[in-house]
Amino acid sequence: MIPGAFNYHRPASVAEAVGLLAEFGDDGRALAGGHSLIPMMKLRLAMPANLVDLAGIADLKGVRSDGNAVVIGAMTTQHDLIGSDLLATKIPILRETSLVIADPQVRYLGTVGGNVANGDPGNDMPAVMMCLGATYHVAGKEGERRLPARQFYQGAYITALKTGEVLTAVRIPVPTAGHGYAYEKLKRKVGDYATAAAAVVLTFKGGKVEDCSIGLTNVADTPLWAEEAARILIGSSLDAPIIKRAVAAAEAITSPASDARGPAAYRTKMAGVMLARALTRAKSRAGA
Amino acid sequence: MNDMTPTSAERAAKLEGMGCKRKRVEDIRFVQGKGSYVDDLKLPGMLFGDFTRSPHGHARVKKIDTTKAAAVPGVVAVITAETLKTVNLAWMPTLAGDTQMVLADGKVLFQNQEVAFVIAEDRYIAADAADLVEVEYEPLAVNVDPLKAMSDGAPMIREDLKDKTEGAHGKRKHYNHIFSWQSGDKAATDSAFAKADVTIKEMIVYPRVHPCPLETCQCVASFDKVKGELTLWGTFQAPHVIRTVGSLISKIPEHKIHVIAPDIGGGFGNKVGAYPGYICSIVASIVTGRPVKWVEDRIENLSTTAFARDFYMDIEIAATKDGKVTGLRCYTIADHGAFDACASATKWPAGLFSIISGSYDFPAAHVLVDGVYTNKAPGGVAYRCSFRVTEAAYCIERAMDVMAQKLGMDQAEFRMKNLIRREQFPYTSAFGWQYDSGDYQTALKKAMETVGYTKLRDEQKAKREAFKRGETRELMGIGVAFFTEIVGAGPSRACDILGIAMFDSAEIRIHPTGSGICRLGTKSQGQGHETTYAQIIATELGIPADSITVEEGNTDTAPYGLGTYGSRSTPVSGAATAMACRKIKAKAQMIAAFMLEVHDDDLEWDVDRFRVKGNPERFKTMTELAWAAYHQVPPGMEPGLEAINYYDPPNFTYPFGAYICVVDVDVDTGMTKVRRFYALDDCGTRINPMIIEGQIHGGLTEAFGIAMGQEIHYDDEGNVTTASFMDYFLPTAVETPRWETDWTTTPSPHHPIGAKGVGESPNVGGVPCFSNAINDAFAFLGSTHIQMPHDHWRTWMAAEKLGLHA
Amino acid sequence: MAKSQVGMKVNGKVVEALVEPRMLLVHFLRDQLNITGPHIGCETSHCGACTVDLDGKSVKSCTMFAVQANGSDIRTIEGMANADGTLHALQEGFREMHGLQCGFCTPGMIMRAYRLLQENKNPTEEKIRYGISGNLCRCTGYQNIVRAIQFAAAKINGVPFREAAE
Repeated sequence: MIPGAFNYHRPASVAEAVGLLAEFGDDGRALAGGHSLIPMMKLRLAMPANLVDLAGIADLKGVRSDGNAVVIGAMTTQHDLIGSDLLATKIPILRETSLVIADPQVRYLGTVGGNVANGDPGNDMPAVMMCLGATYHVAGKEGERRLPARQFYQGAYITALKTGEVLTAVRIPVPTAGHGYAYEKLKRKVGDYATAAAAVVLTFKGGKVEDCSIGLTNVADTPLWAEEAARILIGSSLDAPIIKRAVAAAEAITSPASDARGPAAYRTKMAGVMLARALTRAKSRAGA
Repeated sequence: MNDMTPTSAERAAKLEGMGCKRKRVEDIRFVQGKGSYVDDLKLPGMLFGDFTRSPHGHARVKKIDTTKAAAVPGVVAVITAETLKTVNLAWMPTLAGDTQMVLADGKVLFQNQEVAFVIAEDRYIAADAADLVEVEYEPLAVNVDPLKAMSDGAPMIREDLKDKTEGAHGKRKHYNHIFSWQSGDKAATDSAFAKADVTIKEMIVYPRVHPCPLETCQCVASFDKVKGELTLWGTFQAPHVIRTVGSLISKIPEHKIHVIAPDIGGGFGNKVGAYPGYICSIVASIVTGRPVKWVEDRIENLSTTAFARDFYMDIEIAATKDGKVTGLRCYTIADHGAFDACASATKWPAGLFSIISGSYDFPAAHVLVDGVYTNKAPGGVAYRCSFRVTEAAYCIERAMDVMAQKLGMDQAEFRMKNLIRREQFPYTSAFGWQYDSGDYQTALKKAMETVGYTKLRDEQKAKREAFKRGETRELMGIGVAFFTEIVGAGPSRACDILGIAMFDSAEIRIHPTGSGICRLGTKSQGQGHETTYAQIIATELGIPADSITVEEGNTDTAPYGLGTYGSRSTPVSGAATAMACRKIKAKAQMIAAFMLEVHDDDLEWDVDRFRVKGNPERFKTMTELAWAAYHQVPPGMEPGLEAINYYDPPNFTYPFGAYICVVDVDVDTGMTKVRRFYALDDCGTRINPMIIEGQIHGGLTEAFGIAMGQEIHYDDEGNVTTASFMDYFLPTAVETPRWETDWTTTPSPHHPIGAKGVGESPNVGGVPCFSNAINDAFAFLGSTHIQMPHDHWRTWMAAEKLGLHA
Repeated sequence: MAKSQVGMKVNGKVVEALVEPRMLLVHFLRDQLNITGPHIGCETSHCGACTVDLDGKSVKSCTMFAVQANGSDIRTIEGMANADGTLHALQEGFREMHGLQCGFCTPGMIMRAYRLLQENKNPTEEKIRYGISGNLCRCTGYQNIVRAIQFAAAKINGVPFREAAE
C-alpha cells in the first residue's frame, strides 16, 4: 500500500524533463497519468528514487492534424481522446478502444503515452497503434527519434525506449475515409486487461478487401501485429473459410500467459474468436 | 364533521413501525461522509503497526533479525513470537477449539502468515521497516490439496499437534486430520441406497472464496497503564466475544477491557474472529504505553483472514423410479487451512451442514465430514454462509438437478414432487432439525408462474434445436433453486461459542418525555439495525421509530450478545427487543390502569395507547405513561420505564426461497449473460421491505461473483494467486444483473414477531441458482456437473469437452 | 527524502502543508487534513472508495501523490451539502432509494456520480452502470445506487422521478 520514498520533480519543458531523466538514468522514472506506475510503486514492484512528473509540460498535450496524419501528445488522457471530435471522425478505432480501457476515473488521468510506452503487454493501445502503423516521437539527450510502433515492443516491459528517453507524441496516418474498424476485447469484467483482444482496420474496394491491418492484445509478452493473417485477407470478400485461415495464422503467432483469465490454449483460441468478430464488425462498418 | 382526530391507521403509519419502508437513520451520516470507521480514529500519540509476512507457503523459520527494522528512525518496537511468548500470547485459541500462531513460532504454514509486527510513528515508516525485517527460511514441502492431506507421506502441517491423537472434536486419524463429524442415520441410509431404483453420485466442489468486505480488518488498541485498562476499537461483528476472549487470553480482567465496534464497512463473516493484528496491537500498546493502530491492506485481507467454503462434497441421492427421493448421503472433506479458526458454534465443527436435506422430504440421510489441515490461510466459516448452509444448499440443489436429469424429469417438477408439504410443518428432518414453518409449494408455484416457466422451457427447446442446426452459438440455461436456510443461532442446548450460550439481548429505556434508547448485543455492518430495531419498538410500544435511538457495539453499555452473523440479529435480538418491549408495555399498562382508575384487564391496546374497553375516549398514550413512570407510579411500584431481555431462542428459524434464473451462454467464448434473475424469499414477518430488498440485491450480487468467477486459488507451491482485485472477481455495476425480488410470508410460530431473518438467504440460494442455470444450458448434451466458478474459460472448456467447437 | 510544500483548495478552503513526495493524496486528505470521507478499500486502484472530484475530474485519490495535486481544486463528500446545510440531490437520492448499506463505498460513489451527472445530465441505466464501473460496492448490488442517481438526475433537471413498477 505504501510506496518507497523518492524525490519529486516537475519540469516545465520537454528539454528539462529529458535532462532530468538522463541525469537519473535507471534511478529515474517518468510519471505520466500514474495509473500503471503508482500501483506498481504501492506494491513496491517499482521503487524509483526519482519521479519526473510530465504533467506540467503543456507541449505534451493536445490532438492535432498534421497533413495526412493526426498527432496525439503523449500526455493526452484517455478522457481527452474519447472527447476528441477529430479522432472520432478520422480514426474512430481509438475511441472504441479507449472506452474499454480501465474505468472512468482511470481514463481521466491515464495517458495515451503511458499506455503505449511502458511495454505492459496487457495495455490496449499498443496493438491498436501497431494496427494503425503509428510512429512514436521520442525525445532524449541525443535529440528526437521516430520509432515505428510495429518495431517498438521487444518483451514484457522492454521497449525500444532507451534509458533517459521519453515519448512525446504519437503520429498516426489517417486511415482511408470509409474504412472499416473494430476493437474487440474479451475481458472478465470492466477494468480488466484483455483475455484476448483484436484490432482491425480495413478497406474494401469492389466488395474485396483492399487493405487490412490486425493487432492482437495480451496474447504474448508483447502486442502483436498479425501481418500474415492480414495478408491472407487481401483480395478476399471476408467469407467464412478465409476468415478461418486468417484466424489460424493469427493463433499461430500467439503465446499467451496462462493466468486467472485462462490457460494459454484458451487465450489463443480467444484471440482467434476476437479477430473473427472484429473482422465481421469492421466489414459491416465499411459498408461492404 | 370537522373531526381531525387521526384514525388508528393514520396513527400507526406515523409510527413507522414494522412493515414500512422506513428510510434509514444511518444514511444521514454516511451520505455526508461522517461515518466513524476504525481508520478514521485518531488518538494522541497513536502509533501504527504493520506486519512482515512469509513469502513461503510452508517453511521453518531459522532466524529473525529485526536490527535493521528497529533502527529505522520513527520505529518504536518490533515484536516477534519471542516477545509474545513472554506474555504467553505467541499462540491464541481459535473459536473452533484449535490454537493458532499469532506470530510465526519456528514455522510458517501459509503464504503471507504473520512473522513480525513493526510499530512506528506513522504508517509509512512502519511499511518501510516491515520490509527490513530479515528472516531466514528453510522451505518445506507444501500441500494445498485437501484430498491429499491424509495420504501417507503428506507434508505434516501441524507439528505442534504431532502426538495429539485427540482433537477438540474427537479422535484424529491422521496428523493432518482435524475432526470427523457426522449426523443422521447411517444404517437406515445405507439400507435406502441398497434398495433404491435410481441413484446418483457426484463430487460437488465449493471452491475457496473470501467475503471481501470493502473495508478491511483493522483495530486501535489503547492500554492505559495508570488504570490498567484496555480500550480496543475494531472491526468486530461480535464485540462482546472479543472482550471475553481477549480477557481470557490476556489475563486483563474483563471489567477492565472496553471493546468498541464503531461503524463497520461490511462484515459478511470476515470480522467475527480475532486476528493476529488485534493481538499484536494490544501487546504493542501495553509494551509502548501508547495507542496502536493496525489496518490491513487488501492483499493481506484476501490472503490471510477468514476465508469461506473449500468443501469437497461427494453426494449421493437415492430415489424411486417415479422420482420420490428416499435417501441422501454425503462424504465431505473440509479444507480449513493451517489452523482451524472457523467461526462456528463449538459443538458444530462443520457448522449447520446437516441442513443438507434442504427443502425435501428425505426419509433417510447421513453425512460425514472430515476436516483437514493444508498450507493455506486459516478459517472456513464466513461469507453469508449461515455456518456452512451455503455449502449444504449448493450441494443438495446441484445434486437434485443431477438426479432430475437422470430420471428424465424437469428440475422444477422433480422438486415440487419432493418438497416438504405444508401439512408436515413443524417438520423434523432426517438430521433432527425441526423446521418451524413453510409453504414451499405455494412459493415454487408463484415463482414458476411469475417467470413463465413453461414458456421458458419451450423457448429453450426451440433454441436447442436451433443450436443443433447451427443457427445460433448460444445455449440457454434455466436455473432453479429451492433452498431452506437454518439461522438464528441459537438455542443454548445446541449452540455456544467457547462456552458462551448463543442467546442475544435488548435493553430498552424509555425517557420521561416519551422517547427512548435501545441497546443490543448484535452489531450491524450495514444491515440497518439503527432503523429496523426501532421499527419493532414502534409497533410494540406505540412510540415513533424516530423517537428511538438504537445503539450497538460498545461493550460497556450494550447488554451481552454474541454479535451479528449467521442472520441471527432478527431471530435472536429482534425477539429480545419484542420481549423487552412487552415487559415495558406490561408495566405501562399497570400505570395506565392506576391513572384511569380501572383494573388492568379493563384496558385494551390501540396502536399507541391503552384505552378503557367500551369507553375509548378514556385513554393514556405511551408518552403520557412515560412521564407518569417518572412522575407518579402506583404505590409499591418502582419508578422508571425500562426492561432488558436476554433471549434464548427455543429453536432456529428456517427462511426459505424459490429462485429462478435464465442465462445465455456464448459457447465460443464461454461468456454467460444473465437474462433474468427472479428471487422469491420467505423470511416470515417483514420488518422493513426496503431493507430486505437491499439485502437480497447484495447477497445475490455476492452469489453472482462466487458462481461466476471468485476463487482464492493456490498453486502447487503454496502461492496464493488471486489475492488482489486484479484477479479476485468482484463484479462492477456493468456485470451485475438486475434483480427481481418477490416474497411470500410464512411467520415463524416460535418467534415473538414471527420474523426469521433474511440477510444470508440470497447467497445460499443464489449460488446454486446460477450454477444450475449454466449446468442446465449444457445438460441436453449429456453434461451432468460442471464445477464452479463458471468463468469464461471453464465454461469454454466444458463446451470444448462436449465437442462444441469442432 | 525532503518534504515539499503543497497548496490546494479542498472543499472551498485553501490548505497549505508540508508533505513527503510519496504521501498519497488519500492519506493527505484523511490523515493530515482529517477529511475522512474518502475511504481506502484496496491498494491496486480498483475499488474507487477513495474517489474525489479534482479539477473537474473523477480521481482515485489513492493513485495520486499529494504533490501532484498541488494547486488543484478538490471536492470530497464533505463538500457536497448545500451552503444552507441541506443535502445535495445525490445525497438525498442515496437515502431515498436505499443506495447504501455499510456506507463505506458511498462517499466515493457519490463523488463519482456527481461528475457523471456533470458529464451527462440524463444518463440511461446502461450509461449509469458504465459510468460507475470504477466504484465497487459489496452491499447493495448496485441496483438501488442506479435508482439513487436517477432520482438525483431528475431532481437536478427539475423533472419528476418516475419509479419503475415495484
